[in-house]
Order: sequence, then C-alpha cells, then structure tokens
Amino acid sequence: MAPGPQAQATLAPPAPAFARRTLADRESVLGTLMLAPALAYVILLVGVPFALAILLSFSSATAGSLDFTWAGLRNFAKLLGDPQFHRALGNTLRFMLVSQVLVMVLAVSAAHVLDAAFVGKRVVRSLLLLPWAAPVALASMAWVWIFDSTFSVVNWTLKVLGLLPGWLYWFGEPGLATVAIITVHVWRMFPFATVIVLAGMSVIPQDVREAAVVDGAGFFRRLFHVNLPMLLPVVTVAVVFGVVFTATDFSVVWLLTRGGPYNSTHVLATLAFQRGILGANLGEGAAVALFLLPVLLVAAVVMLRLARRAEVGT
Amino acid sequence: MSGRAAVRVAKRAALYTAAVAFTVFAVFPFYWMFLTAFKQNRDLYVGATNLQHVPWIFNDPPTLDHVRLLFFNTPYLVWVKNTALVGAAVVAITLVVAVPAGYSLARLAGRWGERLGIGIFLTYLVPPTLLFIPFARVISVLGLQNQLGALVLVYPTFTIPFCTWLMMGFFRAVPRDLEEQAMIDGYSRLAVIGKVVLPLAVPGMLTVVIFAFTLVLQEFVYALTFISQVERMTLSLGVPVALVRGDVFYWGSLMAACLITSLPIAVLYSSFIDRFIAGLTAGAVKG
Repeated sequence: MAPGPQAQATLAPPAPAFARRTLADRESVLGTLMLAPALAYVILLVGVPFALAILLSFSSATAGSLDFTWAGLRNFAKLLGDPQFHRALGNTLRFMLVSQVLVMVLAVSAAHVLDAAFVGKRVVRSLLLLPWAAPVALASMAWVWIFDSTFSVVNWTLKVLGLLPGWLYWFGEPGLATVAIITVHVWRMFPFATVIVLAGMSVIPQDVREAAVVDGAGFFRRLFHVNLPMLLPVVTVAVVFGVVFTATDFSVVWLLTRGGPYNSTHVLATLAFQRGILGANLGEGAAVALFLLPVLLVAAVVMLRLARRAEVGT
Repeated sequence: MSGRAAVRVAKRAALYTAAVAFTVFAVFPFYWMFLTAFKQNRDLYVGATNLQHVPWIFNDPPTLDHVRLLFFNTPYLVWVKNTALVGAAVVAITLVVAVPAGYSLARLAGRWGERLGIGIFLTYLVPPTLLFIPFARVISVLGLQNQLGALVLVYPTFTIPFCTWLMMGFFRAVPRDLEEQAMIDGYSRLAVIGKVVLPLAVPGMLTVVIFAFTLVLQEFVYALTFISQVERMTLSLGVPVALVRGDVFYWGSLMAACLITSLPIAVLYSSFIDRFIAGLTAGAVKG
C-alpha cells in the first residue's frame, strides 16, 4: 500500500541513520584493513627484533650457531669492567655533544644568512643541502681521501699557509681522528638543521620582527630575545634528530677509522658491530648497542611532548 | 649619511662572506670528488709535502680513465643494478603499505589515528644500529644471507614509518568536503579514495617514492651486516668496501663512483626536501 505523507515522514528519518551506521561500521573495518599491513610490518620487523635485541643481550648467542643460552647479566658485567666499552660510551656522548653544539651554531647562523635577501640565494640554499642529501657512506669516503695521510689537501693547504710546522696523520692519532669524525658529522648534519631552523623562521610573524627592529633591538638582542625563543620548538626537533642521527651513527666512524687508531675512536655502534658481527658474539654486541636506548627514550619523550603540544594547539 | 652607507656595505659584505663560507664548506668534498675523478694519476698521487704542486686544480689535462675503469673493470654496474632492484622492490612495498595506512590514520582511525600515527612515526627513531644484531640472527634463520631479499625485507622497516607519516599529512590536507560531497553523490568510501583522494595525493606519493628510494641508497649498516659477496652488494656498500685492490683504494674510480652516485640523488632529494622537513617538523612548526 502506498504510504501517506504521515508515514513517509516517520519512515524517512531512520533510513539515513541506518545507512550511516553501516557506512560507519564498514569504515572502521576498512580503516583497520588499510592500517593492518603497516602495523604488522612495524610490529613484526621493528617490535620483534627490538625485543630480540634485548633478549640477545642477556644471552651468550653467537653468530655461527643458532643456540640461545641464557647468560643473565654476564654480558653487562663484562662490559662495565671493559675500558674499551667505557671509551666507546664516552666517545658516543662526546662526538654527539660537540657536533650538535657546532651544528646548532652553524645552522642558526646559516639560517639567518639564508633568511636575508641576496643574489644567488636559491643556488646557495640548494648547494648547502648537498651534504645531507648525498649517501653518507660515499660522502665519508670523500673525507677519508681528504684526510689521507700522504695526500691530504688539508695538510697541503695548512703547510702553504705556514700554519703547520709538522705533519698531521689524521687517522693515526686519537685526537686528530676525533677531529676528523666530528668534522664529518658537523658537515653532514648542519644543512639538515639549517633547513629545519629556516622552516621555523619563516613562520615567525613578520610584524613581530618588524616591531623588534622598530624598537631598536640590535641583531643579537633580536636573536636571543625574539628569534630563538620563537624558534625553540623547531630547534628542538632539529636537535632531537641530530642527536639521534649522530649518537646512532655507524657509517662515518666505521669508514673513517674503523674505531682506530688502537680502538680509541669506537662508538657504541661500531663496537657493537665489531663484537657482535665480526667477533660473532651476538650477545655481547647486542648488550653494547642497548646502551643507546636511553638516548632514544629521551628523544622519543621530547617528540611526544612536541606532538602533544601541537595537538592541544598552544 | 656616508657612515650609514658604509655600515650597509659592511653588512652586505658580511652576508656574502658568510654565504660563500657556508657554501664552500658544504660543497668542498664534492669538488674534491670531481677533481679526483678526472685527474691523471701523475697529477693525483703527488704527496702533499710537495708544496709546488697545487692539488686544488688540474695541473695536467683531465682524463676519463678512472670513469672508464669504474664502468668496465669494476662491479660498479652490477651494484647499480642491485641497487635499482632493491630500490624498486622497497618503493613498491612502501607504497602498497604506507599509502592506505596513511589514509586510514588521517580519516578512518578516529581519535586513535593521531596516537597510532605518532607511535608509527616514533619507530623511525629506532635506529638500524640497535636492530642490526637481532636482524643478523633473523636473516640467518631465514637463510637470506648474501641475498638482496634480506635488504628488501628489512629496508621497509624504516621507509614505512616515515612514509606513513608523510602520507597521513598529505591526506589530512585533502579537504574533507570533497570526499563527503562524493559520498553524498552515492560513491562508497573506497570509490571516493580511488576517484577523488588518490589523484589528489599523487604529489604525496611521488614524495614517498623519492624518499623511500633515497633512504635505500643511503643505507649502509644493514647491507654491511647481511651482504659479504661482492656481486650482491648495493652501491652504498660496494663503493666504499669493495673498490680496493689489495689494501690500495682506486681513489680516482672511487671518487668517480661517489660523484656519479651522489649528485643525482642529492639533486633529486634537495628538490623534495621541503616536504620532508614539513613531515619532520609537523607539530613544531605551524603556519
């Protein structure tokens, strides 16, 4: 029977509600299905290996066989009494801190340069990005060649300028090797930090800057009282990534020095590789690498804070 | 008046000096690759103690010998092929997994989306340095040592988190109204994704392709851990590790390889860097 206008009015509303509910149901199924592969990948191939890394560090597993013998805290106890490990831990922190301080100073200066208007700015900007964009292993080899003990162009130039009385064996002496490693870290990371800082500067409201100029604030006052405070969140991101990338770096140190001379420049990553892979002692290698965890946890907490701040919208 | 002009000139001069200094520092190793790649050996291997011989310029005419040696007498082209294979496979896996996940997090996962998204992004902070040892065991259990498959399996662990995050950002930027309008017109959500959202997300997917590929080219630790056979190496492993004769590096060919490999990647990467930075700083920068 044909429904009257009354019936239609009462019948009509449920229809969209019903349709909407099935749609919503299907959407949550769809959402889960679309997300599942990514979650599975991350859980199976980051989460599980991560757990395995912790398990291995409590074992005496070796690379040759598939055995898994519980070793308790023996790996850690051994490391704590091992001067080479102390050195690696210290180097990791030292390389990271020194290079990050230099990176931030260079990056804030370079960002201020790039923020000004000048001829050739676009070219300069894209050239500055090269160190970050080039594959790190290949760029490191260029530096190995630059610091070569016989053919070093650095030595030649210093000699010609009359600044070098003796000779610098860059990878033959712990102090010089450290300088070389930090140089490469700074070279590689400062472009990355520069671009991040520059992105932050571009959103400082123009009227705030102009007000500071009108009020007669000089360059350094503007830098420390206006720009840097407003840049703080973005500088934090740059520092967090810089810290994570340098603290966990393996390629630069391995290719430049292999941890030498006399194992003086090992960092946690290279020592873990030497013990765990080359020395086939997986358990000990895993224990060494695990000491990176505190750095990563701090980084994760800072990132979460920033994300929450953005969510709240302050 | 003239004092003020002098200050202005001094400021400009300082600005240009700083710009030049930064550029020289950044570019110098690439210039050095270039010089080394094309110098004749007698121009190249002059000890730095010889102060009369200026290493900063070509003292003899440039040569293509090192490049020729690289292409025809070293496994360089095999490494190029391996890298392309691994890169293509990893890019494909990343697209298939990260694009739907990004959409789901942006639109379908509701208030959990944000948190899951941040969670997935944070796994990007878990470095290969922490995982190469457990992976060494996993790969040997799977029997994948010296197989490109090992790299194809492991590389998405860092491309997927980052690219999912990037795609989430891109999908958020697609106006909701467009999708809702299409759904009111009777399209299902899936059809809307196919017909409305994906075409708009093409630049995003292109970014994902570029980044996944460059991340693959950048990777060194996993490759060093899993691959020891020279013919199975990728560029970033083979060039620094296997371009040696005995203990001696072929510096000319080595630097040619570094230059030829780095420059295209660097140019490609630079052109997409702003999106990469936008992804990293999402939250810290608002504008």
